[in-house]
Amino acid sequence: MVRVCQSTIIDAPIDEVWAILRDFNGHERWHPAIAFSEIEGGEPVDAVGSVRHFRLNDGGELREQLLALSDKDRRLSYCLLEAPLPLMGYVASLRLKPVTDGDATFWEWRSEFHPPPHRRDELVRLVTEGIYQAGFAAVHALLRRRNAGAPVEARPLPASVAPASSASAPRVAAKAASIRAETTRAIVVERYGGPEELQPRAIALPPPAPDEVRIRHTVIGVNFIDVYCRTGFFDLLQPPGVPGMEAAGIIEAVGPTVSGFSIGDRVAYACPPVGAYSERRNMAPELLVRLSDDVSDETAAAGLLKGVTASFLLHDVHAVKRGDIVLIHAAAGGIGQLLVQWARHLGATVIATVSSDGKARIVERLGAHHVIVYSRENFAEAVMRLTGGRGADIAYDAVGNDTFAGSLAALAVRGHLVSFGQASGPVGNWDIGRFASKSITVSRPNYAHYTDTPEKLAPHVTSFFQALRQGAVRVEAPTRYALANAADAHRDLELRRTTGALVLVPRA
Amino acid sequence: MTKVYVSSVIPAPAAEVWKLVRNFNALPSWAPFVVESRIEQNAQADQIGCIRSFTLRDGGRIRERLLALSDYDLSCSYAILESPMAVENYVATLSLTPITDGNLTLAEWQAEFDCAPDREATLMQQIGNGVFQTALTALKHRFGR
Repeated sequence: MVRVCQSTIIDAPIDEVWAILRDFNGHERWHPAIAFSEIEGGEPVDAVGSVRHFRLNDGGELREQLLALSDKDRRLSYCLLEAPLPLMGYVASLRLKPVTDGDATFWEWRSEFHPPPHRRDELVRLVTEGIYQAGFAAVHALLRRRNAGAPVEARPLPASVAPASSASAPRVAAKAASIRAETTRAIVVERYGGPEELQPRAIALPPPAPDEVRIRHTVIGVNFIDVYCRTGFFDLLQPPGVPGMEAAGIIEAVGPTVSGFSIGDRVAYACPPVGAYSERRNMAPELLVRLSDDVSDETAAAGLLKGVTASFLLHDVHAVKRGDIVLIHAAAGGIGQLLVQWARHLGATVIATVSSDGKARIVERLGAHHVIVYSRENFAEAVMRLTGGRGADIAYDAVGNDTFAGSLAALAVRGHLVSFGQASGPVGNWDIGRFASKSITVSRPNYAHYTDTPEKLAPHVTSFFQALRQGAVRVEAPTRYALANAADAHRDLELRRTTGALVLVPRA
Repeated sequence: MTKVYVSSVIPAPAAEVWKLVRNFNALPSWAPFVVESRIEQNAQADQIGCIRSFTLRDGGRIRERLLALSDYDLSCSYAILESPMAVENYVATLSLTPITDGNLTLAEWQAEFDCAPDREATLMQQIGNGVFQTALTALKHRFGR
């Protein structure tokens, strides 16, 4: 048996090099000896066991099987199944290690095989020089070209790869970005706190991981959940981090293992991980929603999270049906407006509460049957009066502390209180024994549990877009803020100065 | 458990670098922050379990036990027994890997330890940068040509 081991230093960050090497079918794009390569049976390039079938420039055909792939160790092993040369028992692996001193990459490529003795030297030289060293030189040259800003190839090399282990929430650059690293403008929360913690910064933007896409945001949604992330009430954001879970934009780059999306696609999303308060970001595409021409970026960014929320609140958490009496708090707010319109469309009687006469007019226009200005009137009593003492079948309450007790009081027997937020503060501790007086159900739904897989999310996206098309719900033109002024948007949202949705717009 | 990882390319063949760094008692000859070192109990410097006791330039004293030494893998692991750094369960490994392209050496130095949470960032900086990178930079210069 012979062992061959070759290693080199590539002057590029490890993730950039790994992006090129982890693609088991990617060698046709960089290795000079290879003319054509494909994965048999259409298997994913990173499925262990997949077989690449490739042809050399000299016409020889080979088949190799992926034996092991580790994004953790950045190591890939494979064996030869068929070759025109007697490289018997050939098993090879390549691995990368970071050179932290200078942000470069150590690349080692090694193999073992059993050559016939009379061809040993020839084959060792072929593997050492013809495969490994030639491969090193090609990747050196590729990265030099790429870093010089030259167009890479006619067939665009996936710009690819961030640490596959890293969550996609943008990491804040710990130090001044090196010349090579791209940056993007973003709003960074350095520590949990008030709106003043939303600071505009330039942060590092690594190339997308193999299974990620990069999105250039056009409009970014602002939601109350962002406030909870900023204050630390939800731990979706770990400081320093970039908040935001909703945006619309255009796909700018696609990792090599992503399928179903291409550069230039119009998309929107409303999902963790946080990171939407930025000009550009990388994220996994599973929960991306493709936008049709009749849905504008602004509508998507202003409405998707709220629309999806309204959809699961009205269909999954409680299936609202014709004749139900539905109490909706903060009805002039982003989700409130959608709940009012949609509940009415479903045939429910809608009782809405708002904080001011101005908001009352908006909600009336949206079709609420009754509107209560709760700053002037005890809303629980009003609900009882309006329903002839029966009470509401469902109360949608995202106000929390100020309204929770009243919402319970306003419920009918076997009523359902859906507490999906706490804009005015936590609801405190309740003895559930007291709920027996009316056989009350209380739900505390969490957005993620209804939307964290494509299977869960898709029906709600479909039903929301459908409702938009039918005119069952309209998304009011949102209030726009420059991305850099995100703190103002949060202040206005928390002070309840706003109606409808708020969006952030990156500078053009 | 906190982890620190630092690596550098040393412009010399791995065997040559190894000759210098495998000596557990030789820190003063290449690490700029160590002024004096001795092996306790009259043990040999390549005896697994031996303890080196050395003095830092700033006067601090550190005692470390040799846990593993491999002339095959070109690596050396040790644990801190006493130090002014307030770390616990500190185990570090210095290892070399040949870079065939140019006949250079990849030197990796990593440590794992426990510490008070508010000291973590400072210690990571102090150990990663102040100790490991400083020593590797000294190695680079020593073999620089």
